[in-house]
Amino acid sequence: MTSGPVLRIEEPGMFTTIQDLGRPGRRAAGVPPGGAMDRFALAAANRLAGNPEGAAALECSLSGPTVVALRSCLVAVTGADFGLTLNGVPAPDWTGIFLMEGDRLGFTGRRWGARAYIAVAGGLDAERWLGSASTYLLVGRGGVHGRTLHAGEELTLAGPEPRPAVAGRCLPVGQRPTYELSPSLAAVAGPHVRLLSPPSRRAFFRERWTVSRDADRMGYRLEGETLQVKAEELVSFGLAMGCVQVPPAGQPILLMADHQTAGGYPVVAGVARCALPLAAQLLPGAHLSFEEVTVEAAQAEWRRLRGALDTLR
Amino acid sequence: MPAPRSLHIEPLGDAALLVELGRRVDTALNTRALALAAALQKRRDVREAVPGYASVAVHYDPEQVTYRGLVGVIQRLLEAKPPPAPHGRLHRIPVVYDGPDLEASAAELGLSVETLVRLHTEPTYRCFMIGFTPGWAYLGPLPEQLRLPRRRVPRTHVPPGSVAMAGSQTGVYPLPTPGGWHLIGRTSLRLFLPQSDPPSLLRTGDRVKFFAAVGPDGGPS
Repeated sequence: MTSGPVLRIEEPGMFTTIQDLGRPGRRAAGVPPGGAMDRFALAAANRLAGNPEGAAALECSLSGPTVVALRSCLVAVTGADFGLTLNGVPAPDWTGIFLMEGDRLGFTGRRWGARAYIAVAGGLDAERWLGSASTYLLVGRGGVHGRTLHAGEELTLAGPEPRPAVAGRCLPVGQRPTYELSPSLAAVAGPHVRLLSPPSRRAFFRERWTVSRDADRMGYRLEGETLQVKAEELVSFGLAMGCVQVPPAGQPILLMADHQTAGGYPVVAGVARCALPLAAQLLPGAHLSFEEVTVEAAQAEWRRLRGALDTLR
Repeated sequence: MPAPRSLHIEPLGDAALLVELGRRVDTALNTRALALAAALQKRRDVREAVPGYASVAVHYDPEQVTYRGLVGVIQRLLEAKPPPAPHGRLHRIPVVYDGPDLEASAAELGLSVETLVRLHTEPTYRCFMIGFTPGWAYLGPLPEQLRLPRRRVPRTHVPPGSVAMAGSQTGVYPLPTPGGWHLIGRTSLRLFLPQSDPPSLLRTGDRVKFFAAVGPDGGPS
């Protein structure tokens, strides 16, 4: 039943927040979409737990938390591989797992990726702000008081557990995004790509970029070849998650979930939705490159990728 | 009405696009952008249309409309005569002019502090865009005599309520954030309203007039 808490946070992990698929339609007031950095992984965790794709779940960055089931529940863990364990024994990720009261979900340590997601059947109850439960740290709204989770906090369900709650369903590797240590990100050329010098335009889509230490939920500063960008003053315009801006210094910035909603730096590319999960799993020091694709090809690839989620309905 | 000559429509990734009507600060272009955003916002295949200075960022649902289809829709909308521009709401914002950059800015501009304050309070500014952070309003244009480049080194922390200027723009920091503009004063008026929807006091197209307040907290004296 839905009364009473379902999970207790024993150890919160490095940076664990409640996220969903983001805050719709408030960009015109300066509010970014927010939500899960890896939207595919969050949606898959929810589907495996029998939830709607956008239910509120935990986003765990860099390391996983330790959580204890306060009553039986179905959970699913997706995204980064932090070494999932159930009562100390390795457990499968990307799979629905049934927890009994007192069961302990833990992680042995990061093996791959940046962000893991934990969904619970019924979805997590959380403070909603402007149509979303996603935690937005800048203004301290959404999730649990707009901040990361603390040890000892107890989480309740948003609604009744979906019936039937079926453990053991899994999403095989072949149906997940092709996560890689040094991914090539599909990207559509942006509105101001012509402000790059021709050699810089070629370099942008050919060079290997490194994620700098300045990388968080707002965006990643990238390091690599200095791009020559025409110093044309643009007047500020609206931005989207995945936009790649190039400030005058010539080092690109990839905008992520909590990005600034407006800016005036040239946007030279927009990372496709199908490639954003790959970007979301990168940490400082990781390498990436951009592969130019058409809008139509990017949309087709997203349709193919998210078709896997529909098999989990 | 013909589409603007400098019209550019280009993708922002695979679920958004940017309509640029021009690349300059211009009230007529901003009015046109607002009208286009309002028309697009009514469509079911558009999730959000965000007006900029002279542009609209359109977030659309690719399951309901193709990129090419939406570009055609936008070109047709721009051929139609835009509806008359609504008269934006007027906000009078009290300012205590005692910011940490007030005297240095006046000196750099070759003005007295009194003249700087008079010039800053004289115009009725237009809100050209809301964005960057929640509740941030890009106001302008600033009088020519007040235009300074941004600070060489941005501050890592600017207190909310700081009234600032840079280039042809002026504004009020709604949240404690880093910032590179010149801080000339402060207001007690809150621009970020988390309990409201939308959570911003100002909206694109609104008008703003600053006045010098003598109250100790920037409130109306």
